[in-house]
Amino acid sequence: MNGPQDLGGMMGFGPVKPEPHEPIFHAEWEKRALAITLGAAALGEWNLDMGRHARESLPPAIYYNASYYEIWTRALANMLAERHMVSAEELKLGHAIDPPVATKKPKATVAQVAQALASGTPYMRPANAPALFAVGDHVITKVMHPSTHTRLPRYARGKKGVIETVHGVFVYPDTNAHGLGEDPHWCYTVRFQGTELWGEESDPTVEVCVDCWEPYLQRINA
Amino acid sequence: MQCARPVRLGQRREKRGGRLQMLFNYEIKALNLQKLMIGAMSHDPHHHHHSHDHDHDHDHHHHHHDHDHGSDLSQAAIRVRALETILTEKGYVDQAALDLIVETYETKIGPRNGAQVVARAWVDPDYRARLLQDGTAAIAELSFSGRQGEHIRVVENQDGLHHVVVCTLCSCYPWPVLGLPPVWYKSAPYRSRVVIEPRAVLADFGLVLPEDTKIRVWDSTAELRYLVLPQRPAGTEGWSEDRLAQLVTRDSMIGTGLALTPAQLAEEQAP
Repeated sequence: MNGPQDLGGMMGFGPVKPEPHEPIFHAEWEKRALAITLGAAALGEWNLDMGRHARESLPPAIYYNASYYEIWTRALANMLAERHMVSAEELKLGHAIDPPVATKKPKATVAQVAQALASGTPYMRPANAPALFAVGDHVITKVMHPSTHTRLPRYARGKKGVIETVHGVFVYPDTNAHGLGEDPHWCYTVRFQGTELWGEESDPTVEVCVDCWEPYLQRINA
Repeated sequence: MQCARPVRLGQRREKRGGRLQMLFNYEIKALNLQKLMIGAMSHDPHHHHHSHDHDHDHDHHHHHHDHDHGSDLSQAAIRVRALETILTEKGYVDQAALDLIVETYETKIGPRNGAQVVARAWVDPDYRARLLQDGTAAIAELSFSGRQGEHIRVVENQDGLHHVVVCTLCSCYPWPVLGLPPVWYKSAPYRSRVVIEPRAVLADFGLVLPEDTKIRVWDSTAELRYLVLPQRPAGTEGWSEDRLAQLVTRDSMIGTGLALTPAQLAEEQAP
C-alpha cells in the first residue's frame, strides 16, 4: 500500500541527526516495547509481514509523529484488538478484564525465546520453479499501486534495472501479509541507475539496489 | 517521548477549559514545527526541554513514575505498560522470557560482533572470500546468527565504490552483527533521503567521498540483511585481529562512515 512507511525520495524531513554514543534504549518503556512485540509475536497469531502491514496501516499523521517503538506498540495494540486478544476497555484500564482467547502457540518460555532469538525465522523456501531471470538480465519493475501490502517501494515502480543477484526462493510478503499463504517466489537484487530513478539531473554516481520478488519484474531487451 | 502530550493535554482541556485550549493548540503547533525541523521520528534530547517547560504551565500530575530523560510518563510508556500488564495477566507472555529479550539486545548482541567479522576478513583472505560468497554461513563461523540475520549479504567497499545500507520501508537491519538499529536509521530523514541524495546524507555524518566515487545504496526491501565490509585503513600492517576490530565502527558497517584510522583510534582512546 502507498502508506506512510514508503519514505524513499520524500522530502522535508530535515537533516539526519546522528547521536554520538547513542544508548541502545532511550527509556525503560522502549525495552518493554521491544520485549512485548517479540513476545506477543511468538504466539503465532501473525507473521512478520502482517506485523509490517499493521505498522504501515497506521494513519500517516500518527506514523510521522511517532518514534519507531511507538509505531511498533500502536501496531501491536491494533493487532491484539483485531484478534480479540486485548479489548479497548482493557487497554484503557491497564488490566485484563476478559479471559484469554486460544492462540496458535502457547506463551514462549525462556528457553523457547532463547532458541527463537538464536535461530531466527528463515524465509527461504525450496525452489518450486526455475528462476525466470539470471544475473545481468534487463528488467523493468511493474507499475502497481495495490491497497494491500507490497515491498516494492513507489520510487522503484516502472523503472528499468539489471539483475544483480539471484537470491533464491522466499516467502512472498504480498500474500503472506494477508493470510493468503506463503506463495514463495524467486527473489532478486535489481540494480538501478540513480538517473533512472530520479531523473537525468540527479547524481550520476549513484546506484540503488532493491530486492524484488519475481512477480514485481518483467523482462525487457537490453 | 513527548509525542503523546497533546492527547493528554486535550484530556485536561476538557476539565479545565479556555486557557488550556489555547495552550493546547499552541503546544501542538510548537511540537509539530519542532518535529518537522528536526525530522519526524528522530529522537532529539532537546525536545524534552521545550515540552517539559510547557508542562509546568498546565498541570502537576504524572511527574513521577517511569521516565524518559526526566520528562514525565508519556502516553507511549503508558500504552506499553498497559499492554505488558494485560498480556501477562492473560498468560500471553512470560515475564522472564521478556526480560531475556531485553538482556540479549542490551548486553550480548551489538556492533562489536560485526567488528570481529570485519577484522577477520581483513586478516584472512579465505575468510573474506567466504564472507562475500555466503555472508550468513561465514558469519555463523564466528557464532553469530539468529533473528533478523537469517540471510546476510556482505558488500565490500573498494577504491571508487562505496556501499551504504537502508531500509526505506521499515527498519530492516542485521541484528546478529550490529545489534538493534540506531534511532536515525529508523527515522524519516535517513530513510527518505539516502536513496535520492546519498552524498548529502553522508555529509550529515561528516563523510565526504571523492566526487568520482560511485555510491551504491542497498534498500533492504526483502529478507536479505546487508553488512558493509569497510576498507582496511592504511598503517595497520601487522595489527592483530583484536586490535583491528577496534577500528571498525558501527557506522562503517552501515556505510555512513569509514573505519577509523590508527590516529583516530588513538584520539578516541586518549584519556
